[in-house]
Amino acid sequence: MSGLHTLSIHELRDRLRRGEVSAREVTQSLLDRIAGVDDKLKAYMWLNPDDALRQADAVDAKGDKPLAGIPIAMKDVLNVAGQPCTCASKILKGHVSVYDATVVRQLREAGAIILGRTNMDEFAMGSSTENSSWGVTRNPWDLERIPGGSSGGSAAAVAGDEAFGALGSDTGGSIRQPAALCGCVGLKPTYGRVSRYGLVAFASSLDQIGPFTKNVADSALMLGVISGHDAGDSTSVPRPVPDYAAALGRGVKGLRIGLVRECQIEGLDREVDAAVKAAVKKLEDLGAEVVEVSLPHMQYCVAVYYIIATAEASANLARFDGVRYGARVAGDDVIEMYGRTRGQGFGAEVKRRIILGTYALSAGYYDAYYLRAQKVRTLIRQDFEKAFQKCDAIVTPTSPEVAFKAGEKTDDPLKMYLSDIFTISVNLAGTCGISIPCGFTAQPKLPVGLQILGKSFDEETIFRVAHAYEQATAWHKERPAL
Amino acid sequence: MPDMDINYVAHLARLELSDDEKQRIAAQLKDVLKYVEKLNELDVSNVEPTAHATPLSNVLRADETKPSIDPALIWKNAPEHARDLFIVPKIIE
Repeated sequence: MSGLHTLSIHELRDRLRRGEVSAREVTQSLLDRIAGVDDKLKAYMWLNPDDALRQADAVDAKGDKPLAGIPIAMKDVLNVAGQPCTCASKILKGHVSVYDATVVRQLREAGAIILGRTNMDEFAMGSSTENSSWGVTRNPWDLERIPGGSSGGSAAAVAGDEAFGALGSDTGGSIRQPAALCGCVGLKPTYGRVSRYGLVAFASSLDQIGPFTKNVADSALMLGVISGHDAGDSTSVPRPVPDYAAALGRGVKGLRIGLVRECQIEGLDREVDAAVKAAVKKLEDLGAEVVEVSLPHMQYCVAVYYIIATAEASANLARFDGVRYGARVAGDDVIEMYGRTRGQGFGAEVKRRIILGTYALSAGYYDAYYLRAQKVRTLIRQDFEKAFQKCDAIVTPTSPEVAFKAGEKTDDPLKMYLSDIFTISVNLAGTCGISIPCGFTAQPKLPVGLQILGKSFDEETIFRVAHAYEQATAWHKERPAL
Repeated sequence: MPDMDINYVAHLARLELSDDEKQRIAAQLKDVLKYVEKLNELDVSNVEPTAHATPLSNVLRADETKPSIDPALIWKNAPEHARDLFIVPKIIE
């Protein structure tokens, strides 16, 4: 059964339910596709075909479970019992998960097949997936370019038809930015919507798990499966999970779409700007009302983020000390053992961020850096609250530029950090955002992402806008030649 | 701008760095810290800090014993262990 790998989750589900294909055929087709193209893309760090086929054989694919018989890929930051979980770091080499993350349990209960593990920036720190100790993932549209990051493997897998859907994690844009750069749909849910239990923590007040899919309807389907309260994560919010599919197909007539004045930044690619403006025009044609809004503190987001995220990371990553799991490098005493283990186990970007975060929290500097950043975070949150009084959703570019060439920014961390400007504020505010394809640059042909932002726990409205735009355009149907 | 003592911070973080790494990280973070100085433009004296964006506070649960992960699985991931204990270098002389 060839060609199945090109289908969306919904298309696949229809065929499975009608009994036209089996879960084994679907899984085998995907495994064949991976065997055919992953030498080029290097999206998967780990794959166990036999285990995937075993899961496929055990599924009742004709049943009414929402993801029955659909293989889903996992970013290497999510625990799946019995599978390796390394966060693309040397320090966790050989580590095997001893339990399922809550999202993994939810996917299993929904009938999904838990497929392989996708590449990422080490501990989710990066915007290009180049900070992986495992290797470099390629952008399916141009193999010389990066797929974005940190969930670059998940994005490349979905965009390259090597996965029907995948999970990633988003701390400052790590789902939306790679989705934009690879040309697929990536959702960062509201903080607290999805349980973080079993997600290896980077910055606990910002991290959120979300899906990569080929279209908006699939994203809504997957969010419905992974949402909900979980006693394993004290920040998961006990609110009912809406029927996200019901938000689709309602159009945008009567919706107010906010355009952010401060988004016209220096460094915004001309073609990205043009594609996003054309998308806004399209939404207007479809009946939305466009209003200008202001996020006056947007220019401070990157600075706030790189203090708060690194401070939280320096605390979270203290657990990797060579005592309970992961690699250990011997030392004469325990302090030397810690230092050597961490010094040899962590890569350059992780070390840089641990140092910055430790400094920001250290005695004498806490007030100047960490506390000040937390206060400016309040101003950023209030900006969104005010903006959302004037509109129902906000539209921005996802990234100021398209995929860049591997190696282009590795020597200049600040330049790399600045490319996160449009995505970071959403994590600081705790709200939700989705990136969908909205065009291509001319030469070379590279995808452009449109970011649609919503109020806290109002994923329905961003799905509604995203779906209306998607149905009126054909960008999401374009596929890279691999 | 305050000078970051990279040796002191690396010690706090229990992170052994080579001299090369120290130089490179200190230089790169100098740029980042200079950029972060932007935050000093704002008057935040009357602003409450935001520690997290969740609408919840004081999440409590009943204090009940429940089954936990099988320790045998935990030991498989341990760098060194014996008799249900993690082995570490000597801490007390």
